[in-house]
Amino acid sequence: MNNLTKQIGQRLALGVGTLFVVSILIFIGIELLPGDLAQEILGQSATPETVAAFRQELGLDKSPFVRYIDWLGAALQGDFGRSLANGRELSELLSGRLLNTLFLAGFAAIISVPLAILLGLLCAMYRNSWFDRTINTAALTSISLPEFFVAYLLILFLAVQNNVFPALAQVESATSFGDALYRTFLPALTLILVVVAHMMRMTRASIINVLSRPYIEMANLKGLSRWRVIFKHALPNALGPIINVVALNLAYLIVGVVVVEVVFVYPGLGQLLVDSVVKRDIPIVQAVGLFFASTYIVLNLLADILSILTNPRLRHAK
Amino acid sequence: MLVNQLKMIPLSAWFGLVVIFLTAFIALFAPALAPYGETAIVGAQYEPWSDQYWLGTDNLGRDMLSRLIFGARNTVGLALFTTTIAFSLGAFLGILAALKAGWLDMLLSRLIDVLLSVPPLILALMLLAILGPSIPNMVGVIAVIYIAPVFRLARAAAQNIVVLEYVQAAQLRGEGTFWIIRKEVLPNIMSTLIAEFGLRFCFVFLFIAALSFLGLGIQPPTADWGSMVKENATLITFGDYTPLLPAGAIALLAVSINFVVDWMLHKSSGLKD
Repeated sequence: MNNLTKQIGQRLALGVGTLFVVSILIFIGIELLPGDLAQEILGQSATPETVAAFRQELGLDKSPFVRYIDWLGAALQGDFGRSLANGRELSELLSGRLLNTLFLAGFAAIISVPLAILLGLLCAMYRNSWFDRTINTAALTSISLPEFFVAYLLILFLAVQNNVFPALAQVESATSFGDALYRTFLPALTLILVVVAHMMRMTRASIINVLSRPYIEMANLKGLSRWRVIFKHALPNALGPIINVVALNLAYLIVGVVVVEVVFVYPGLGQLLVDSVVKRDIPIVQAVGLFFASTYIVLNLLADILSILTNPRLRHAK
Repeated sequence: MLVNQLKMIPLSAWFGLVVIFLTAFIALFAPALAPYGETAIVGAQYEPWSDQYWLGTDNLGRDMLSRLIFGARNTVGLALFTTTIAFSLGAFLGILAALKAGWLDMLLSRLIDVLLSVPPLILALMLLAILGPSIPNMVGVIAVIYIAPVFRLARAAAQNIVVLEYVQAAQLRGEGTFWIIRKEVLPNIMSTLIAEFGLRFCFVFLFIAALSFLGLGIQPPTADWGSMVKENATLITFGDYTPLLPAGAIALLAVSINFVVDWMLHKSSGLKD
C-alpha cells in the first residue's frame, strides 16, 4: 500500500509540474507577441501618453517575472483579468460558458462511454461475424470524418429535411433541463458519433488481446459460460487500457467541442476561444487555453492513477 | 510478379488508391480542368446547379466546381507541405537525440513531452492568437505540433539502431553526425517512418480543414475545402447539399488514406509473423 501511495504521489507531482510548465509557456507565448500589446490594441494613431497609461493599466511596465507571478496568483483565485475587447470581467463571462461546455461534454460522455464499451465487448465476443465487420467498417469510416461534416449531415437530415431537432443549440440560463437536452441533442450526437468509434475499437482490441491468453482458454475448457468468461476473466484484465482510452476520449470531448460549438452556435468555451483568437483578445485566450490544457492533463493523470489501481501488477513495478 | 501483388490488394485499399490518385491528378491539373478561375466572380450569389455552373455558385458568385477543383490543390498541397516539414524536422531531431543521448536527449524529450501535454487544437489556437492567422503561420504552427509524435517515433526507432556495431564503427572512424544520420540510421528506420507518414498526413489534412473551417487557417480568397464549407453553410438550412460537397471531399480523401494505411500496416505486420 505504501508503494501505491508513493507511485500515485509521483504521478501527481509530475502532473502539477507539467501544469506549471504549460502555464509558463502560455505566459511566455504572450510575451513573444511581436510589437507592443498596448500599441497593438490602441492602434497606430494612439499618442505615446495614452500608450504609456494603458501599459500601466495592464501592468506591462513591470518585469515579466513579476507579471507571471501576479497572473498565476490571480488565475488560481479564479480572477483572469478583463477582456481586452470590451473590458468585461472574465470570471463571470467564463463561468457560464464553462457550465455550458461541461453540460454538452457530459451529455455526450454519459451516452457514449457505456455504448462504446458494450459495442466493443459484443464485437470482441462475436469477432469476425457480420456484426463485428459492419460495426468495424462503420467505426473506421466515422473516425476519418471531420466533425463539421458529421454535424452538417445531421443538421441537413434531422433539422432541415425532417424537423425533429433544432439546428442551432441556443441555451440560456433560463432554459429548463429537459429543454436544454432537446436543444443540445444534435451537437451531443455529433460528439457521440465521433468518440464512440475510437473507444469501441480500443475496447475491442484490448479484450481480444486478453482473450488469446492461456487462462481464458482454461476457463473455456472448464466449460464456463461465455458471459462469465468475459466479465470475470477477460474484462478485469482489459480494464487498464480501456480506462486509458476512455479518459483520452473524455479529454477529447471537452476539447473537441470547439468545432462542434462553432457549427451549432452553442455558447460554450470553445466558441469563445475561436472568437477571441480572431479578435486576438489575449487574456481570454490565455484563460480558456489554461483551462483546456489543465483538463487534458488532469484527465490523463486520472487515467494513469486508475490504471495503476485496477492492475495489481503495476503497483509493484520496479 | 507485379500483377500478382496487385491482385492481393483488398477492395477497400483499391478504392483508397483510386481516390488518392484521382485527387492528385485533379490537384496537378487544376487550371486545365476548372471551367472558371479560382477567384473569378462569374455570376450572381448562390445560383442553383445549371449547365453553365455545374454545382452552382457560392456566397460571392464564384463557380463552386472551379473552387472545389482548386481547393484540392490548395488544401492537399498545404497538408503535404506541412507534413513534410514536420517529418523532416521531427525525424532529424529524433535521430539526433538517440545518437547524441545525454543532455541533448533529455532537453529535447522534455520539450516534446510538454508539447504533447497540451491538446493540439488548443495549442494551435493559442499560437495563432499570438502570431495572427495566415497561411505561413498556420503551416509553421501545425508543423511544430506534429514534430512531437514524429520525434518520439524516430527516437524510439533510432535507439535500436544507434547501439549496433556498424554505427559505433562509423563513429570511431570519425564520420560526421549528419553523415551517420543519413547513411547509417535513416535507411534502417525508413519503412517505419513511411507508414507513419500516411497516418500523420491524414491528421494534418483534417487539422488544416478544421482550422480553415474555423476561419483561422487558409484565408480567403484562396479556395480551400474547409473554409468553403463555412462560407456557404447557410445554404444547408435551406436543404441544399452543395456546401456538403467540400466537406464530403475532405471526408472521402481522409477515409481513402485510412484504408490504404490500414492495408499497409496489415501487410507489414503480416510479413513479420
